[in-house]
Amino acid sequence: MAEKNYGSQRVVVGAHYGLRDWLSQRITAALMALFTLVLIVQVLLPSYARDNNGERLKDAAGNYIQIVGYDKWAGIFNPQWMRVLTLVIIVALGYHAWVGMRDVWMDYVKPVGARLLLQVFTIVWLVGCAGWAIQVLWRL
Amino acid sequence: MRLTDAITGYKYPLAAIVSILHRGSGMLMFFLLPFIVWLFDASLTSEITYSRFTSVFIAGAWFLPGWFIKLIALALIWSYLHHLIAGLRHLWMDATHAVGLEFGRQSAVFTIGVSVILTIALGVKLFFF
Repeated sequence: MAEKNYGSQRVVVGAHYGLRDWLSQRITAALMALFTLVLIVQVLLPSYARDNNGERLKDAAGNYIQIVGYDKWAGIFNPQWMRVLTLVIIVALGYHAWVGMRDVWMDYVKPVGARLLLQVFTIVWLVGCAGWAIQVLWRL
Repeated sequence: MRLTDAITGYKYPLAAIVSILHRGSGMLMFFLLPFIVWLFDASLTSEITYSRFTSVFIAGAWFLPGWFIKLIALALIWSYLHHLIAGLRHLWMDATHAVGLEFGRQSAVFTIGVSVILTIALGVKLFFF
């Protein structure tokens, strides 16, 4: 890169302009893949009812009481670390989808006006969905 | 390739099919994102909305019958699986530079095979259990 990267010396061409998008799309993808794993493990592992000391509770027959259905699902997203992690994933998904959809519009839609309109729509769509999902996360 | 190749039966390599399905599945998930967030919302907010979440797959919603909602969910399941596995294939290629003709073909077979098998398994669970 040129030492003086502004004014008439500014580098405005070169493959590295796409590198940032390429890299961020892969990093956000890796994050979402890891999150998928974290979520699947929590869904598949049994969840037990516990008392205030963290001891597992037993029913009358002496079996451990398992939490299922809504209580288990909501319980997964209850800890603060899971909410923060899910927030990070929502933002990662939004950025990932933005890079991907922008590529799609650049490939297939050539008129500048239509492309701009579709890009604005994409941003509104993604920011709207992300805002909604984040609201769900902290309403529990 | 030229347009005439497509009309006269140009044979697409499997890697090209995985590639276009990667883009197609990504676009499908993008356009269905509000539905996905609705599922997230209804399933988490309260036990009442949770029962609405489960009943939508049986009773349907709006003018759409339950089986159609299940079909949309299955399309999303396939999209997620294909997009995930095809994406991991990309990451693997980026990391190892394993971009030979043979690896490209074999990993494309793996991507389509695993995503379709898992989709069928989850589809059976979704529709019959």
